[in-house]
Amino acid sequence: MTCKDLINFLMGYLDGELPDEEMRHFDEHLGLCEDCTAYLESYKETVRLGKMICRPDDSLPADIPEDLVSAILEARRAGA
Amino acid sequence: MDDGSNVIRAAFDERELVAGLRRGDDEAFELLVRTYGGQLLQVARRFLREEDARDAVQEAFLSAFKAIDRFDGNAKVSTWLHRIVVNAALMRLRKKSSKVEESLEPLLPTFIEDGHREDPTAAWPANPEEIVGRDQMRSVVRQAIERLPLKYRSVVMLRDIEELSGAETGELLGLTANAVKVRLHRARQALRELLEPQILEGAA
Repeated sequence: MTCKDLINFLMGYLDGELPDEEMRHFDEHLGLCEDCTAYLESYKETVRLGKMICRPDDSLPADIPEDLVSAILEARRAGA
Repeated sequence: MDDGSNVIRAAFDERELVAGLRRGDDEAFELLVRTYGGQLLQVARRFLREEDARDAVQEAFLSAFKAIDRFDGNAKVSTWLHRIVVNAALMRLRKKSSKVEESLEPLLPTFIEDGHREDPTAAWPANPEEIVGRDQMRSVVRQAIERLPLKYRSVVMLRDIEELSGAETGELLGLTANAVKVRLHRARQALRELLEPQILEGAA
């Protein structure tokens, strides 16, 4: 397995969707290749940062501005 | 339990709310907007700037109201509304984005003939948001996502950020489950590439 193969099928590996033998080849390659290990870690980190950063802070109130409520109620009354 | 939370809890009988909506009840509609509007606005803001996010929320409530007869009584109202606002936000994004899509190729890893990477990856620091600050990291990631061509941005937003299933994402975007996977992997690789210099620089 080359680094190119590993990177191309990385998502399947992380989702555990590859056949057992392929999973083993991945593990073997990762055990020997620092570059692919760094790539894998930074790929997982990218996914984590996306999830974490774009979730709203729980501490922030999820309020809807009053003028938007009025606009929505008005639009419905107008039969929009 | 204090009185305040009891009041909120009382307002949360979803079946009653849905029944009211089905009758075309004004009060039920207002309660729906007040109860879920804030959450929907937060979702829309992840896709769009403020003005468009507000418009998407308005559209979402109006379509939800029209589609109430198709609401599956076993589902959660919040999940149902989430799908509707995501769809409204996507439609707006599509309308606003330029027809000429940038290519993703320059952001994908390149390989030399023997299958090794052309530019090996430096290890990233753990928890970069603790180094550069959470707010800073939030805006870096947001800007990087916005730089992705729309067809990749949509997939990464739906799958990784809104956490829709592959099937739901495919349905909203008109893609097969396999096409969703291929695009998601490419989008994540491109996003990784866009984040890397900022994260390594922040750690230096």
